[in-house]
Amino acid sequence: MSDFTSNFWSIYVAGVTVIGIVACLLLLVFTAKKKVESTSDNTTGHVWDGDLTEMNNPMPRWWMWLFVITIVFGLAYLFAFPGLGAYSGKLNWTQLGEYDAEVVKANQQLQPLYARFESMPVEEVAKDPAAMAIGDRLFMNNCAQCHGSDARGSKGFPNLSDADWLHGGAPEQIYKTIHDGRVGVMAPMVAAVGGAEDVRNLAHYVLSLSGSPNDSIKAALGKEKFAVCAACHGMDGKGNQALGAPNLTDDIWLHGYGEDAIVAMINKGKQNEMPAQAQKLTNDQIKVLTAYVWGLSNKPAAAH
Amino acid sequence: MTSEDGQKSSGRVIPITPVPDSEQTESVSLYEAQKKIYPRSINGMFARWRWLLVFLTQAFFYLVPWFQWGERQMVLFDLGARRFYLFGLVLYPQDFIYLTGLLIISALSLFLFTAVAGRLWCGFACPQTVYTELFMWIEHKVEGDRSARMRLDRNGWTFEKIWKKATKQAIWIVLAAWTGFTFVGYFVPIRELGAEILALHGTWQLFWVVFYGFATYGNAGYMREQVCKYMCPYARFQSAMFDKDTLIVSYDPARGEQRGPRAKKLDYKAQGLGDCIDCSLCVQVCPVGIDIRNGLQYECIGCGLCIDACNNVMDKMQYPRGLIRLSTQNGIAQKLSQSQMFRRVLRPRVLLYGAVLVALCLALMFSLVGRTPLKVDVVRDRAALSRIVAGGKLENVYRLQIMNATEQTRSYHIGATGLDGVEVVADPRIEVGPAESRWVLVRLQIPYGSAASGSHKVLFEVSAQEDQAKVIEKSVFLVPR
Repeated sequence: MSDFTSNFWSIYVAGVTVIGIVACLLLLVFTAKKKVESTSDNTTGHVWDGDLTEMNNPMPRWWMWLFVITIVFGLAYLFAFPGLGAYSGKLNWTQLGEYDAEVVKANQQLQPLYARFESMPVEEVAKDPAAMAIGDRLFMNNCAQCHGSDARGSKGFPNLSDADWLHGGAPEQIYKTIHDGRVGVMAPMVAAVGGAEDVRNLAHYVLSLSGSPNDSIKAALGKEKFAVCAACHGMDGKGNQALGAPNLTDDIWLHGYGEDAIVAMINKGKQNEMPAQAQKLTNDQIKVLTAYVWGLSNKPAAAH
Repeated sequence: MTSEDGQKSSGRVIPITPVPDSEQTESVSLYEAQKKIYPRSINGMFARWRWLLVFLTQAFFYLVPWFQWGERQMVLFDLGARRFYLFGLVLYPQDFIYLTGLLIISALSLFLFTAVAGRLWCGFACPQTVYTELFMWIEHKVEGDRSARMRLDRNGWTFEKIWKKATKQAIWIVLAAWTGFTFVGYFVPIRELGAEILALHGTWQLFWVVFYGFATYGNAGYMREQVCKYMCPYARFQSAMFDKDTLIVSYDPARGEQRGPRAKKLDYKAQGLGDCIDCSLCVQVCPVGIDIRNGLQYECIGCGLCIDACNNVMDKMQYPRGLIRLSTQNGIAQKLSQSQMFRRVLRPRVLLYGAVLVALCLALMFSLVGRTPLKVDVVRDRAALSRIVAGGKLENVYRLQIMNATEQTRSYHIGATGLDGVEVVADPRIEVGPAESRWVLVRLQIPYGSAASGSHKVLFEVSAQEDQAKVIEKSVFLVPR
């Protein structure tokens, strides 16, 4: 793969490299011998300041051979590996190929570890301490960035350790979430709801659904506006897992709590994404992770 | 500018060397095959000292890995598990500061010894010297002394030469392999190492045994003084620590010259001769092949064997000892007595090196003795800044790595201070196995609104239940706007 539009630079770089190596070799050859006056006292015959003479103390020959070896090594390396401009080397070695080979090798090594869990149902895997130790490490490396080390999430990132699920908490649903990712969309509803006052009233009604502190008069005014929302959140506001619409009647506030946060949500909407992990993780790993996540909220007492 | 314009600019004349005439010149190679050195063996005080140090250093090196400390090896640098076991200590990678201290102490010791007495390290304690000494001793035992070895190398392949060379090589290879094996035994348990290698389990172990074995064989068998002359960086910079009061191996030309052979009956001084009889023994015993009578040279490793050789000759000639002796440049030039030279040892540079060295040694000792066998790293969750949880509390999440540096199972309690009303949500008792480390999830909570928005300092206190070990680590608690 050349990084340039023409191959002039490739040839240029290769030329500079080769000429440099050859120049080193020539320099070595031409400076290895020196014409000196034949003197009996082992000096080169040069005199400075009247009495300072230069001794002729040759370097050991193995030193010179080391230099030659580096040149030979350099040429052999450039022949075998990429390095000379765009020439990709006889071995066709690439970083990407190396990486892929290592991933394949690592997965082969991991295969027997995961083989045990393949036929187990997820609920059983969740009880297996070895699987949970693997799951914990996988979670820390791949999930904790967003959901937190304790899986309790933060603003905008769902809490995975409670019983409240946007897309369903059954093992196969969790597996699908991890494998394919999820997108949660709420369009800006301000046009459908009405004016700014209507939005505020509606926010108070939403607060009232979960028994949160609210202005009952405004909430009563906002109740009729909720019909717009019911399409996704349901008439009772309990949400819809098929759409990933949150339950509005509990006191879990994924995107912020309070009147202002709800008003902003109605006005601006939200697009939230959980990225698919199928490219990053093997199916075996996703299965163990599924068991881990499922186990977080399905333990007798989460001794985490 | 020529001298004919009559203007003398200054009195200085720049000497001009005529270009050599082509008939007088010859081409010389600037590289040459190294002349092999055949040191003659010698007895004397310095030779005995060298052997004593060979014995001490190698007894230490070869034996230490075999000692046990309780259930484990006494000294083991377990790179795989990232634990260094040193007598009763378990050192973690976080303890690398001790290695730094050790290296600084080693460097200062080198400075101190070099300033006082020249290249003591090179002549007596350096592994290169010690193994060369061992390999030469084997060579000497098998092939004979200097002249015998030279004759053997000069002549063709006779049966005698074949069996002598083969025997020497065999013993060399065994010793080198054992050295490599011992070295690797510092990093993997040496008692199982042999079996592992024989069963072809540890490919890496085998590789390093062969690697270090070969390095020993090559360096001590063949490279020898070349390592000191052309490769070793310490040899190069030790000359920077010399001054005119440093003890060096020195030949006393005032006493020795005019050198030359003499008849024992005649009064040599009347013939204008000095004490040196030009027997060249000092050159023959020198392991780096120099003639010390030319003055101090960079190759000299200060081993003192030429002193032994010369003193033996002086005894035979019934001249006083010490024509070649340990002396200082000032000592030789100003004819100082021993006591005068020893008084000059306590000069500012030496006192300073000594003071810093003692201070560092004490600091390292105290810090090792008073070391808490527990380490804690606090890592705040980077993604989740803070959150509000049920009960109107603000919560931050942390992961604590608790490192147990004892060899028993310990249980730890985690507390937190530094914030009003801060509460710890974690297991009340956290068990960590011997010499193991564990990541523990800890959540801190404060009542909502009890602290201004922004970042606050918070202190984790981790204390062991079974002993007094306690560690306090800083972190931050974030309060959202």
